[in-house]
Amino acid sequence: MSGPGGSESFSLGDRLYRVVPMPPSTPAGPIRVLIAKPGLDGHDRGAKVVARALRDAGMEVIYAGLRQTPEEIVESALEEDVRLIGLSILSGAHMALFPRVLALLKQKRATRIRVFAGGIIPDEDAKRLKKMGIRAIFGPGASLDEIVAAARKLAGPVRS
Amino acid sequence: MTRPPTPTPLAARRVLRGDRQALARLISQVENRDPSALPAVRALYPHSGRATVVGVTGPLGVGKSSLLNLLLAHLRAQGKRVGIVAVDPSSPFSGGSILGDRIRLERPPGDDGVFIRSMASRGHAGGVALATRETVRLLDAFGMEVILVETVGSGQSDVEIRDVASTSVVVVVPHLGDEVQSLKAGLFEIADVFCVNKSDLPGADSAARYLTEMTQLIAAKGAWQPSVVRTSTTLPSGVPELWTAIERHEAFLDADGSRRTRDRQRLTDEILGLVRERVDRQLASALGREPDLQALLDRVVAREIDPHSAADRLLAEVRRSR
Repeated sequence: MSGPGGSESFSLGDRLYRVVPMPPSTPAGPIRVLIAKPGLDGHDRGAKVVARALRDAGMEVIYAGLRQTPEEIVESALEEDVRLIGLSILSGAHMALFPRVLALLKQKRATRIRVFAGGIIPDEDAKRLKKMGIRAIFGPGASLDEIVAAARKLAGPVRS
Repeated sequence: MTRPPTPTPLAARRVLRGDRQALARLISQVENRDPSALPAVRALYPHSGRATVVGVTGPLGVGKSSLLNLLLAHLRAQGKRVGIVAVDPSSPFSGGSILGDRIRLERPPGDDGVFIRSMASRGHAGGVALATRETVRLLDAFGMEVILVETVGSGQSDVEIRDVASTSVVVVVPHLGDEVQSLKAGLFEIADVFCVNKSDLPGADSAARYLTEMTQLIAAKGAWQPSVVRTSTTLPSGVPELWTAIERHEAFLDADGSRRTRDRQRLTDEILGLVRERVDRQLASALGREPDLQALLDRVVAREIDPHSAADRLLAEVRRSR
């Protein structure tokens, strides 16, 4: 079969081999999301519920769990090659921790990874965080449908 | 080693240089069966085959991830570079999955002697073997000396771990009780090392004793007799002994030459699998080009020609397509 791009060849010893590409099935794959709780609060029910909703929407959710430092979160996100990071926070430390996550992503030249957040975040903080680069913020009462739709939109079309 | 004379693709060069993001991306592409990964995958192949690949499997909740965490610490203390591939199931309904093994895995921040990757089984037949094997190979080429592959052992995938790992550790806990029946059928046969975890709980002694008896019962002359190790991740205890048992099995594979035969067999299976995959695709495209397929089928249904003859016709079409 000599499909487009399938005519690459190489030689081994004195024989010439033609290379057939891997099957072109869904090269984009499912959306991978890291869900993490930065900082010290121990309430992860919201994060778990959101993780499940994203799973039910067909995404692969890497659940990093409680008490994650921004460094750990970014390291995990890079190793897992996720498209999205979802941060859940109830402790009030969002103005310290979220910008740190964004800064680390920038430092690692990984701003392709988009960050959204949920928890108890006052409106004026939310505004500032969005300016800094948190793409979406969900407070109490946000519906799961809303969150899933936003995550899908943030993940965007097939990346290159 | 013979290498293709084509220049090494950028992605492969980046992986060899220790670029973690390049590695992560390549793993995604391999998982997605993305054809654009093929040049890099090919270029990295000669750099693989050096790592010790250990499979850790067992039923849900026996403590595989916690055990892996201690094993990781033990190996890092010895200065070994460690890759971890943690496979969790995909939902057959949504295709999504929750990959939660990272919760248990701890490491000092910025430790680049470790690379952890979670992987969803994605439901395809032979799913664990296919993407996992490629991922293990990439981690190997990346320079990881020990690669730990964690899978849930229930159903088919428990046996597949053998296609990936040179040593398979089966983790059980005391009071699995009558589920020993299921061990006999599947997991029991693949274990090179049995690990009785949570051995701080009562019943660990009898579980370990039972397993030891079973391994003695089935041991053939000259064959490897699976070791039985007791561990506890809460105490913690038994982890150095577990690693020693794994190393003993690895040494056994070298000593009796079975590493080479097993590797050969695995690669044979892999190559045949790839060929089958391509033949399947050619068949599919030949079917697409056969305008008379329905007519052919009608004739088979009407008993005018037999299925064998119809198959001959299709096969001729596949051949022509090359």
